[in-house]
Amino acid sequence: MILTAKVQDVFNEPGCDKNQGKSEKERKKGCSKQLAPGAAAGGCAFDGAKIALQPIVDVAHLVHGPIACEGNSWDNRHALSSGPLTFRTGFTTDISELDVIYGGEKRLYKAIKQIIEQYDPPAVFVYQTCVTALIGDDIEVVCKAASAKFGKPVIPVQAPGFAGVKNLGNKLAGEALLDYVIGTAEPDFTTPYDINIIGEYNLSGELWQVKPLLDAMGVRVLACISGDARYREIAYSHRAKAAMMVCSKAMINVARKMEERYQIPYFEGSFYGIGDMSDSLREIARLLVRQGAPEAILARTEALIRAEEARAWERIEPYRQRLQGKRVLLITGGVKSWSVVAALQEIGIEIVGTSVKKSTKEDKDRIKEIMGDEAHMIDDMPPREMYKMLKEARADIMLSGGRSQFVALKAKMPWMDINQERHHAFAGYEGMVTLVKEIDKTLHNPVWAQVRKAAPWDGTCA
Amino acid sequence: MAIVLHPSKAAAVNPLKMSQPLGASYAFLGMNRCMPVMHGSQGCASFGLVLLVRHFREAIPLQTTAMNEATTIMGGLDNVEKAVLNIRSRAKPDLIAICSTGLTETKGDDVHAYLQLIGQKHPELADTPIVYVSTPDYIGAFQDGWANAVSALIETLVPAGQQKSPRQINILPGCHLSPADVEELREIVQSFGLVPLVLPDLSGSLDGHMSEEFSPTTMGGTTLAQARNMGASVATIAIGEQMRPCAERMQQRTGAPFVLFDRLTGLEANDRLLAWLSELSGVPVPAKWRRQRSQLQDAMLDAHFYFGGKKVAIGAEPDLLWTLANLLQEMGCEITCAITTTQSPLLEKMPAAQVIIGDLEDLEKGAAGCDLLVTHSHGRQAAERLHIPHYRAGLPMFDRLGAAHKLMLGYRGTREVIFEIGNMFLADLHHAAATPQAWPLPEATLKAVADATNSLQ
Repeated sequence: MILTAKVQDVFNEPGCDKNQGKSEKERKKGCSKQLAPGAAAGGCAFDGAKIALQPIVDVAHLVHGPIACEGNSWDNRHALSSGPLTFRTGFTTDISELDVIYGGEKRLYKAIKQIIEQYDPPAVFVYQTCVTALIGDDIEVVCKAASAKFGKPVIPVQAPGFAGVKNLGNKLAGEALLDYVIGTAEPDFTTPYDINIIGEYNLSGELWQVKPLLDAMGVRVLACISGDARYREIAYSHRAKAAMMVCSKAMINVARKMEERYQIPYFEGSFYGIGDMSDSLREIARLLVRQGAPEAILARTEALIRAEEARAWERIEPYRQRLQGKRVLLITGGVKSWSVVAALQEIGIEIVGTSVKKSTKEDKDRIKEIMGDEAHMIDDMPPREMYKMLKEARADIMLSGGRSQFVALKAKMPWMDINQERHHAFAGYEGMVTLVKEIDKTLHNPVWAQVRKAAPWDGTCA
Repeated sequence: MAIVLHPSKAAAVNPLKMSQPLGASYAFLGMNRCMPVMHGSQGCASFGLVLLVRHFREAIPLQTTAMNEATTIMGGLDNVEKAVLNIRSRAKPDLIAICSTGLTETKGDDVHAYLQLIGQKHPELADTPIVYVSTPDYIGAFQDGWANAVSALIETLVPAGQQKSPRQINILPGCHLSPADVEELREIVQSFGLVPLVLPDLSGSLDGHMSEEFSPTTMGGTTLAQARNMGASVATIAIGEQMRPCAERMQQRTGAPFVLFDRLTGLEANDRLLAWLSELSGVPVPAKWRRQRSQLQDAMLDAHFYFGGKKVAIGAEPDLLWTLANLLQEMGCEITCAITTTQSPLLEKMPAAQVIIGDLEDLEKGAAGCDLLVTHSHGRQAAERLHIPHYRAGLPMFDRLGAAHKLMLGYRGTREVIFEIGNMFLADLHHAAATPQAWPLPEATLKAVADATNSLQ
């Protein structure tokens, strides 16, 4: 399928209410807003595709393009592996001027050959980029030829940066899995408790904060798409009994199409926040029972939730007094805005504002539900405005992604990373305890008093 | 507030402490064209020499009175006499600086009296001033020896009742400042249009430079002329609590007031220094330092993520311990274990629950479960055993290059320390990376789930 058709297909998303609410004509325009030149921030479609697939740990991820796409971006996320580290090796064709003139297909083919000979991964993912798409390199043909020649799956990922924003890239990556990977292998055995987790990337090991809970319920993660995943697991993931879609709309197409093709029901849930975690566990159990699993799992799940919620609250309690009434400005995207809001409110933290720039309508509805009509939803806050808000101390701490960290730091205000570059895992009951601990640590770091102090020779605040 | 614990064990295991005579000799190395002498057996000087050579990677002038069994029993007068005469004729130093050792102190040599007798017997020695300081190995530690030596230098060399020179000030650095620190401090003082006289000045002698000539004595450091002019200064800056007796001695002799900075690493500590200099000189704080201040603030913000909540174990002499413990505490660390070598009024005020006057064994025990070990190079084995990073601070630093140029003073020095330690925390992040087994469920939870299943059957 050519790219424009693929993008159209991805934009037609029956699983998305917002999408379905649009007219035929509007839907064709796609779900991403046109970016304003000179006032845009955020990643491209290639970035999104790479984010979504990179956590498959045993395959080689080869970026076909000039050095910028991989060279400037590799090894910058903390998706963790419990085994192979192939995914952390940066592979790129690093095309030259001559390749641009004569085409880079031969170089790509040779690159695939080199990687298979030297690293012998179970599969190679080939990422299209703007330049190679523009000059017309047909990566699908090259991948097909290489796959036939070397007897290994070589998967083309058609998400050049200029196709759109990061979120679109996530979906296009999902399309590559649907077209080339899912359903191409069979598991050794199946159980009534097999699930897929879709859109969880195991950043900082978050999957491992959740997995012991599923283990205790007796649930088997057949495949996580794509955190700490092996290629084969994704290939046989179509045999799961149910699926949970984690990262909001990032991979909704994967969840929905797997439901269509393989009758795997899915629900959307979150691992962030104590209540959300419990809801997700309940929903997993409920879906599995609906699919024929013995009902005993429901009692197990309730017992687990009781024990772990109590344990989490017990560990959070010492911080409640220290954090009560602290005001948080939350600048993040999509699902995290509501799931983190709920979690923070649980311990008495006040949310003075939350961004909804990347949130869907459902996300916004959830925020309203949690925060009431008073919800301070910020659609698009320019850094200057954030700075002002922090400088005027209308918030005690900002939680955001790395890009806006310096807005907070230059305002001499505490800041914490809750996006993909973070070093801490915040999922599940464990993660909430960690989140609270980290907020406490950041807020009460003596460094703030130090740096806010004016130099003794300046009367005024520096 | 910290509880100060004294050693109760018989054997120091893996010592942290070094002795007074070595500290005194180190101070004398900051005097120009000086020959330090340890009045003791050859070994006393030799061990000290080797340690300083390994630390600085420089030739270290250090002589000995080479006491043996017989001379010790009979008294060391002859040996001191021969040593002084030999050094004067061979090395032709501007200054001979003698410190005692455990051996000669135990015997009870009265070196002050010896020197008087020797001076009467050899009038030609009048051209070579001799400084003597009593530094028994069995009392105090390195920093005490340093302070005692500086006091002796002031007593012997700085005259009383001089005409004041309005822009001249004295600097008395503690032994925890490196040559680079002294250099930085001098530059800061000069930027206010003041003329600093530093005693002793390691930045001139042990800053690891190439020299045109060879000399058996120190090359560079405080000259006799400078020391003898210190009475003309209008004020004295002392750095480190260890220097308080020296600063008081200076004030008594010269009448010029002193100000003591307990440390010059950290934002506020340096604010105080610059504010004081600005007031004294009437010169506004130069733009260069204002810029560096703002750079330091930025560095602190960038780095605090990696310091917050970290547990640190520090083994260092009191003033260095005070400097590092406070900086790390200000950056959000918890000082879980603080080990030091000798008494100091600072110990009770240390930002830690307790301070032990102890050894590296105590440090290693206390450092279990910590994120960072801070001590001199001898801590490396402990760090290896504990699998934690080791920030080298203090003397000796023999397994890293550039000890002389390690800057900790000023906004810039503070920034460098923060980056260096912060980078260690960063480099260590991958060790802390999660595994699938990182968050096991407790037995109680697993039992609750099992019970729920069983009750259905």
